[in-house]
Amino acid sequence: MFANIDWNIIVRSLPYLFFDGMRFTVTLTLLATAGGIVIGTLLALMRLSGIVPLALPAGAYVNLIRSMPLVLVIFWFFFLVPYIGQWATGSERPIQVGAFWSALVTFTLFEAAYFCEIMRAGIQSISRGQVQAAQALGMTYKTSMIEIILPQAFRNMVPVLLTQTIILFQDTSLVYVISVTDFLGAASKIAQRDGRLVEMYLFAAVVYFVISLAASHWVRRLQHRIAIIR
Amino acid sequence: MRYHWNWGIFFELSPDGTYAYWQLLLFGAGWTLATALSAWLIALVFGSLVGVMRTTPSPWLVRIGNAYVELFRNIPLLVQMFLWYFVLPEVMPEAIGDWLKQLNNASFYNAVICLGLYTSARVAEQVKAGILSLRGGQRMAGLAIGLTLPQTYRYVLLPMAFRIILPPLASEFLNIIKNSSVALTIGLIELTAAARSMSEFSFQVFEAFTGATLIYIVINIVVVNGMQMLERRVAVPGFIGTAKPVAGH
Amino acid sequence: MNATGPAMITISNVSKWYGKIQVIKNCTAKIAKGEVVVVCGPSGSGKSTLIKCVNGLEPFEQGTIIVDGISVGDPKTKLPKLRARIGMVFQHFELFPHLSVIRNLSLAQVKVLGRDETTALANGMRLLDRVGLHEHADKFPGQLSGGQQQRVAIARALAMDPIAMLFDEPTSALDPEMIQEVLDVMVALAKDGMTMIVVTHEMGFARKVANRVIFMDKGEIVEDAPTADFFGKPRSERAQLFLSKILQH
Repeated sequence: MFANIDWNIIVRSLPYLFFDGMRFTVTLTLLATAGGIVIGTLLALMRLSGIVPLALPAGAYVNLIRSMPLVLVIFWFFFLVPYIGQWATGSERPIQVGAFWSALVTFTLFEAAYFCEIMRAGIQSISRGQVQAAQALGMTYKTSMIEIILPQAFRNMVPVLLTQTIILFQDTSLVYVISVTDFLGAASKIAQRDGRLVEMYLFAAVVYFVISLAASHWVRRLQHRIAIIR
Repeated sequence: MRYHWNWGIFFELSPDGTYAYWQLLLFGAGWTLATALSAWLIALVFGSLVGVMRTTPSPWLVRIGNAYVELFRNIPLLVQMFLWYFVLPEVMPEAIGDWLKQLNNASFYNAVICLGLYTSARVAEQVKAGILSLRGGQRMAGLAIGLTLPQTYRYVLLPMAFRIILPPLASEFLNIIKNSSVALTIGLIELTAAARSMSEFSFQVFEAFTGATLIYIVINIVVVNGMQMLERRVAVPGFIGTAKPVAGH
Repeated sequence: MNATGPAMITISNVSKWYGKIQVIKNCTAKIAKGEVVVVCGPSGSGKSTLIKCVNGLEPFEQGTIIVDGISVGDPKTKLPKLRARIGMVFQHFELFPHLSVIRNLSLAQVKVLGRDETTALANGMRLLDRVGLHEHADKFPGQLSGGQQQRVAIARALAMDPIAMLFDEPTSALDPEMIQEVLDVMVALAKDGMTMIVVTHEMGFARKVANRVIFMDKGEIVEDAPTADFFGKPRSERAQLFLSKILQH
């Protein structure tokens, strides 16, 4: 069964796999998480604002994105971003955007919809009493949000936000459909070039498994420590 | 160089002349639903089993259940698809491997099994959470009136646990429908693949993807409403369930 | 403490509805500068809601409330500015859990009143002294007992140099042995001449420092009398019934 396996191929391709592939994966994950949380929090505030011209578009956007598969969203932005670039810069033809930027825009805006729902739940879980206490001291909406509500909401949602990041980390593998070289893409390239599908895909699976498992265990320990402090 | 819109493209025939584009999209949607429903069956059966295992008093069953969940949750779905489709035939004995490779609709079967097991891990999480959210006294009450442990699960714990987790289960069902799109990488012509292929043949990229998006939205609305109807039908009077915010899609 | 004088807070014909239900029915009352008024009544009588209308935390549909010449219900009134001049103490303390005690006291001074950090901190420490919690400045709310938290909450409100203080059942959420320490702070505040409206069941406190007692039931002000009169010969049956119930234990 495992007679024809060449484990050496894995060792030889390690530099390419990690310096090119994994670096892309990690960069994309971190940037999309940061951007996604920022935009997601803004969307959450818009949805909770009670101001219809803000709440409606934000809600529509979030619901639209959450009803679409990520693969479809990747295709959408892959074709759309050059045209947006054209419209934004007023040039004559669609701007040639690199696959990296297309992927970054896609994942940031996609995850923003999911981070929005997490932050919305977090903000709503802060008791009304806290809001009233802040207001009673004369704080404006903006001040009470920045000083009182959002800091507490973030702290409460840290485990969920981190778990979403781990999911993002796994989802980046889907850039495969636009032929971008992330970690899986790199493994795939070698697999196809050298005909070593079994070795490369098994190795990729193991690497993703180890990283995700370690990360989610760390999040769980963090959750325990936060729970004790409460 | 502006994009030329042509919404009539849906009624034009695809290059192989037999079907209009809108029909191709509908076929794609059909494959999406067939894959999703078949996988959902697997997910429910295995997920419930594993979820229950993780709440039993036996430490070994709990460990096996946990390992199962960790395995399927920590590997990206796409990688799992590749393992089933590309790697499995290679590591099987030659005869079975060859049979697998020439199977008709291989991508469908692979997608169903892969998606089913992937989702079963998530269902297991929900089932476990649902059972654990019940007061410990429920299990004791069941045993106290003479039911065996399996009977207690069957008649006391699971009926309530499933009602509690209907909302997150509905979410998982929607996820399975969306995740079926990943199977396009192994050749399944589901809805997203159909839209992609339409965009490649007709060059009407945005019309094609809009069509697919609209169909996904409609499926979403139908499933959400269906689930709400189901929730109302099986609701126990006077009982309020819980659903906490979780990550994922 | 017989305070008569210009009205600091004037409540005129105020009514409030939650949807179709009227929770405050045509309430009128005047509180002079330096007066201490206790508001009591059965639960659901609207007393907490009424007090929250005074600083605009709850909107009201009819009537007017004037605080130091400013109309609370006027759409042109800048509520944050008004609220900075009125202090409020909540039943569940509502200290900000992520900030230390001293930061709880200094935050609004800095962000709302524009004081500089040093002044705000010095002010905060002075007030902590006044409520007897000097050594707890760097602790976090979660590390304090309920009585200590409520005293910090009173200090937090006083840090804004308010013209009046509103208390919403300040001791209702406290264990019995901690009620006295909070009441002592409130008594000292009253003796210093602060204008106070206190929603409470603590009749001992009322007898000690209140100038007047307002009895509310089902959204209406049923009685509004000087303290001695209220306890000596309450006019309405409902007030008599209420008093007999709470004075029993």
